[in-house]
Amino acid sequence: MVQYETHEYDVLVIGAGGAGLRAAIEASSAGVSVGLVCKSLLGKAHTVMAEGGVAAALANVDERDGWRVHFADTMRGGQYLNNWRMAELHAKEAPDRVRELEAWGALFDRTQDGRILQRNFGGHQYPRLAHVGDRTGLEMIRVLQDHGIHQGVDVHMECTVISLLKDDGRVVGAFGYEREKGRFKIFSAKAVVLATGGVGKAFKITSNSWEYTGDGHSLAYHAGAELIDMEFVQFHPTGMVWPPSVRGILVTEGVRGEGGILTNSEGDRFMFDHIPELYQNQTSDDPEEGWRYTQGDRDARRPPELLTRDHVARCIVREVQEGRGSPHGGVFLDISWISEKISNAEEHIRRKLPSMYHQFMQLADIDITKEPMEVGPTTHYVMGGIRVDADSQMTSVPGLFAGGECGAGLHGANRLGGNSLSDLLVFGKRAGEYAAQFAKENGVGKVNEAEIEAVASEALKPFDNADGENPFQIQYDLQDMMQDLVGIARSDDGLHNAGEEIHKLVQRADQAGVGGNREYNPGWHTALDLEHMLTISEAIALAALERKASIGAHSRDDYPEKEEPGAGKYNTVVRKNADGEMEVSREPIPELREDLQDVIEEMG
Amino acid sequence: MATATFRIWRGDANEGKFVDYETEVSEGMVVLDAVHKIQAEQANDLAVRWNCKAGKCGSCSAEVNGNPKLMCMTRLNEIPLDAPVTVEPMHAFPLIKDLVTDVSWNFEVKKKIKPFNPRPADADDGTWRMAQEDIDRVQEFRKCIECYLCQDVCHVLREHDLHDKFIGPRFFVYAAALEMHPLDTENRLEELKNTDGIGYCNITKCCTKVCPEHITITDNAIIPLKERVVDQFYDPIKKLFRIFRPKQ
Ligand SMILES: Cc1cc2nc3c(=O)[nH]c(=O)nc-3n(C[C@H](O)[C@H](O)[C@H](O)COP(=O)(O)OP(=O)(O)OC[C@H]3O[C@@H](n4cnc5c(N)ncnc54)[C@H](O)[C@@H]3O)c2cc1C
Ligand code: SF4
Ligand code: SF4
Ligand code: FES
Repeated sequence: MVQYETHEYDVLVIGAGGAGLRAAIEASSAGVSVGLVCKSLLGKAHTVMAEGGVAAALANVDERDGWRVHFADTMRGGQYLNNWRMAELHAKEAPDRVRELEAWGALFDRTQDGRILQRNFGGHQYPRLAHVGDRTGLEMIRVLQDHGIHQGVDVHMECTVISLLKDDGRVVGAFGYEREKGRFKIFSAKAVVLATGGVGKAFKITSNSWEYTGDGHSLAYHAGAELIDMEFVQFHPTGMVWPPSVRGILVTEGVRGEGGILTNSEGDRFMFDHIPELYQNQTSDDPEEGWRYTQGDRDARRPPELLTRDHVARCIVREVQEGRGSPHGGVFLDISWISEKISNAEEHIRRKLPSMYHQFMQLADIDITKEPMEVGPTTHYVMGGIRVDADSQMTSVPGLFAGGECGAGLHGANRLGGNSLSDLLVFGKRAGEYAAQFAKENGVGKVNEAEIEAVASEALKPFDNADGENPFQIQYDLQDMMQDLVGIARSDDGLHNAGEEIHKLVQRADQAGVGGNREYNPGWHTALDLEHMLTISEAIALAALERKASIGAHSRDDYPEKEEPGAGKYNTVVRKNADGEMEVSREPIPELREDLQDVIEEMG
Repeated sequence: MATATFRIWRGDANEGKFVDYETEVSEGMVVLDAVHKIQAEQANDLAVRWNCKAGKCGSCSAEVNGNPKLMCMTRLNEIPLDAPVTVEPMHAFPLIKDLVTDVSWNFEVKKKIKPFNPRPADADDGTWRMAQEDIDRVQEFRKCIECYLCQDVCHVLREHDLHDKFIGPRFFVYAAALEMHPLDTENRLEELKNTDGIGYCNITKCCTKVCPEHITITDNAIIPLKERVVDQFYDPIKKLFRIFRPKQ
């Protein structure tokens, strides 16, 4: 008989980043009991790393902004593959969600007249990102955490959920293990919210931490939920490239928002070379105008450095491939040049981008106020994820909700910077609200002993196999393979290969072994992560194979066109079939509501 | 390729010892990279916390050659590699395993500090107006990444073990951020004096020296709080005055 502790809640929230915390706060204020589980300590989730800001059409800096503009920007950025209802809710509700943070103690940077300051970011027509220097995520997670701890939420830190528990088609709880002693915990819950973040750790070069192994995606998939648009993985154009040990660490888009420019080894601002049609009206072809835009000139158009991430990343790859890269295989990002324009440039840079200054100084011996940085694309975010109902965030499995990065729909084929932090708040709140409602309307489900036994014995298998393969090695091989075959440039052959490689890795993972005991054992943890990583890697590769076009973040060398002739707009949908195999299909995107269509047309 | 030896603490609350690991080192590496390399290649069960690898999350605190540091921000080229580099857990907290300590006490302390309580909104739409100059000092405190290195180095906790009488520099910074928040209306001075033990701090400034966020903990947070405590409890005129104007 397996030993475990049991905890019972009305709502169980898995994940304590922005989305999970916001969901827990909402559910708890609806008067239900809430448990919150996270893999790290409280306050260390990915949200803490977010730099640039949170997008909300507060219109504090430019009164022409409003939800309609934000909605249109989000849809355009997503190449109109977004779930338009989510984009609508997001644009309408983000301002209130940001103001609410202020009421809970957040201190955003201020405008001259004392309101929340907003900055420019790629794809946003007006200065829209509320921010705190370049540590917005820290402010956000801290304020949610500090507010949340007084809401009576029961927090289980350093506890990893490895399986969801179901009964009669509905989710009734989760199986987890706490790291300190390696003991099992069974959570029984009337509703479960997944807020587990992204998948970036499946790739070699990434801005993501060890936590980003796609757990929520995989838990949902195995519980019978659908994943959509998994091929859309965002490669952020500017990650650090040198020295090797910091490769992939993010360089915020805020650098470009503050006037930073991209140049190649010949000193050209190559972003001017190609401006996509969809953005031609909004983009300046003159460096001087671009500079004025970053300094708040309302009649100027944005410089091409602030085009959407997918496009900027592709331009960088092109420069490097055509031999115009920087010494370590990136391009140059220069903010120091603004000393030609403003007198106190050094101080200005240090004040606006303090953590970037610090990061380069300490990790790369580069003083960004004096010299350019070297940057290149890094795996950053997944637009695809668990399919949810736009209003309630419930998945296709009753009682299972998802919000934040692991949920999907809002961002379509490409996410705009700053739209994630707002996503967490808007849909975290909604997930919490509707999960609480579900819990009130449904009784306690029955947790099945046999299922618990099965999960436990599977989880302990790596210990029976002490001479088995090192799980870290399997993880490295997966990361290398995904980077090469499912990365920024994809092809039919490569993706087929990836599929075969994944099957081999699945077999190897099955034979992984760990030494030591169950107490705080990273080898064991990595062995358990592998199943999730392999599941989502397969989903990404399969969806990428299905979409025979290059659109947004998904680029196919063999299908350079944006749309497949005659295919229309569709989502790729990945689900487990009756035989337990992964299958992919296409589903047409519902037609845009007429009034929203009008908004898009009006915004040009 | 060059190699270096890392002398890492291995063990749990009951027993433990330093173990030497030799590993390859390359340009730009930080201590955390070396620890990870050892974990992946030689000691899969070596326990260590980390998340961001960029000094933003405050997870990877440890003592490197005796100095409290974030391992992810400590470059190998800053430390001599001709002798073994010692890496050990923080000392002010109970050990869980290897480099991981039980920092849960900090979470309990925070819960006891009175939460933010804003004045009514300034504008009809429920928002407030604050000048940037008025929030600069609080923003300094809010840079805290909760690495607890300051707690680790403070002698009141580390040597005198006064965890039940003294909240430590991290939470003076936290209390200062609330007390100096332009919108907050709560008063936390009584607790600071009586239960949080601000009087135990004798301004050695060790905490300020180790803070990776360069928060001037002592000068900007602790000393002003001490002054407020003195004003409220020991200066009768100011005390009277405060009854009518409870906060500045
Ligand atoms: C360096 C960086 C900078 C960024 N900058 C910005 C920005 O400026 N603006 C913006 O909008 N977005 C930004 N993003 C993106 C944004 O930060 C993330 O998308 C967002 O924080 C994700 O939040 P989340 O709540 O969905 O998940 P997270 O904050 O990642 O939280 C996930 C939580 O789930 C838990 N978890 C995961 N799996 C399990 C499991 N199996 N069991 C238990 N718990 C689990 C984790 O422990 C964690 O608590 C940035 C991202 C990075 C990496
Ligand atoms: S200044 Fe005070 S709080 Fe800081 S280390 Fe010294 S005694 Fe501790
Ligand atoms: S005040 Fe500084 S040293 Fe102390 S916990 Fe915060 S960041 Fe760390
Ligand atoms: S890993 Fe985040 S501070 Fe070191």
